[in-house]
Amino acid sequence: MKFLSDRALERLRDAAELPDLSGTRYRLLERVARGGMGVVYAAEDENLQRRVALKVLDVPGSDGELASRLVLEARVLARLEHPGIVPVHDVGTLGDGRVFYTMKFVEGQRLDRYIGTLESVPDRLRIFLRICDAVGFAHARGVLHRDLKPANIMVGPFGEVLVMDWGLAKILRGKAAADSNPGDPDATIFKKDNLHPGHDGDTEISVITGHGTVLGTPGYMSPEQARGDVEHLDARSDIFSLGALLRFLLSNDPGKAHAGKKYRLEKSLEAICSKATATALENRYPTVQEMALDVSRYLDGLAVGAHRESFLEKTARFYRRYRFFILLIAAYLVMRVLILLFLHR
Amino acid sequence: MSQEDLPSAGDRFPPTRRSVIEAVRSIDAEERELALAALCAAYWKPIYKYIRLRWKRPAEEAQDLTQGFFLELLERELLEKFEPAKSRLRTYLRVCVDSMVMNAEKAAKRQKRGGNLPHVALDFAGAEEELGGAVMDPAAIASPDSLEQFFEKEWVRSLFALAVEDLRELCAARERERTFLLFEAYDLEGNEKVSYDQLAKDYGIPITDVTNALAWARREFRKIALERLRELCGSEEEFQREARAAFGWDSK
Repeated sequence: MKFLSDRALERLRDAAELPDLSGTRYRLLERVARGGMGVVYAAEDENLQRRVALKVLDVPGSDGELASRLVLEARVLARLEHPGIVPVHDVGTLGDGRVFYTMKFVEGQRLDRYIGTLESVPDRLRIFLRICDAVGFAHARGVLHRDLKPANIMVGPFGEVLVMDWGLAKILRGKAAADSNPGDPDATIFKKDNLHPGHDGDTEISVITGHGTVLGTPGYMSPEQARGDVEHLDARSDIFSLGALLRFLLSNDPGKAHAGKKYRLEKSLEAICSKATATALENRYPTVQEMALDVSRYLDGLAVGAHRESFLEKTARFYRRYRFFILLIAAYLVMRVLILLFLHR
Repeated sequence: MSQEDLPSAGDRFPPTRRSVIEAVRSIDAEERELALAALCAAYWKPIYKYIRLRWKRPAEEAQDLTQGFFLELLERELLEKFEPAKSRLRTYLRVCVDSMVMNAEKAAKRQKRGGNLPHVALDFAGAEEELGGAVMDPAAIASPDSLEQFFEKEWVRSLFALAVEDLRELCAARERERTFLLFEAYDLEGNEKVSYDQLAKDYGIPITDVTNALAWARREFRKIALERLRELCGSEEEFQREARAAFGWDSK
């Protein structure tokens, strides 16, 4: 048996890793990132002469589950047409048997790296609102992300925000879908009447993960997800992750994404984070839109639903909101007093 | 054991998806023997080198211990006790080796009793040559962590070497010897100066043939290596973890 040198080992590893793009219209450029179940490469679409991101499975599962997950991820993305969600171009199987899909090549920075360039809280909150917009859209289409974290958010050169890596997405469907033609992928996967909590009659399907499978990222994963309680996941699980994400955005420290860590945060914002990351599902925001509304209200200087203000806090907020007019009136009054004093001398 | 005892494509552990861990527990004696032979073929060299370096045993004693280890696997039914959910097979075997060497006296007695080792050629002279070569520096692998890395690397080397042999046999069976020669020249020799263009000139074939041949050989190599690895893992989860470790996907 031939002895393999260290150099030969490295070459064999590379040979085994690089996707076999022969017979496709793609040309491999470079390795970009690695995710939970696959690797993302930059490739050139030779027909359209444009750069694309090509995601390919690294290790094939014996039962084809991973391949199914990747295909499903591509299909989920393909149907979520939204400026905040990366568009998919193509899905297929390579000559080496590995499943792949291509998507828009996003040039930008991961949120955890980009955040350092944002100084003000309002700027960070505006980024957060764009994330909420994309996630809320996905929820409306019956898709839970289940792995929202700074590393899965990209910010483009023009400030565009993209929610990436839908590999752990869970697809929900409503009663209507169960009655429809099972051969229709739209009907079987994407019809979802209402994924908001408390809606009776919803059935959930997930071909991605089964009950008891824990997938996600600690710190951003909801307690029910951490328990592997897949059957009871709904929009509020993503809301938990959004709460942790908001905390991260405001503290600019991944270690502070968890509640209970000591750092200064305005009470209203702290209340929003706490409500979103409440341990009990029923104590969280029921929808992403409601959470986003609270954040928008904070940005507009209005009271947020998550926090009951004291008289002093109300006054302080009123002052902050109308500071210009209050100062103007105060200046006018001071001027009047000074003029009166001058005239009575 | 002689070179003739080397497992060939014919007597290889059947290319099923069944793991050797399950197969060694089989009631079918032939299946058990083939499974153990597959395990032995993949692990004997890393284990031998590990005993030489970790336990600093002389070559002859390390040879006895290596053979003794596989006998112990059989006699003490150590694989029966392996729980895929708790650890990796590779780590379990290494811990068993450590335990066995610590009780070397008992192992020596067992060795004297003799036993039925699986029919796998143990080319100790070749392994010794590799140890003595420039491929590794024993001084650089003193800590437990580096020993673990060393064992893992040797295990990957052994796995890939077996896969390369399988590929050679596959090429021969399909009358694609030239494909293997190209693969050998480009991917195994590790010569930076060899280019597709050079290979095309050397073999008098179009460069596209070189590209296609190498793409085919790599594809088959990957498939074979993963099949071999799957056989050597106790569970799907372990296979996923080990594949990422073996192919260096975790570290990239």
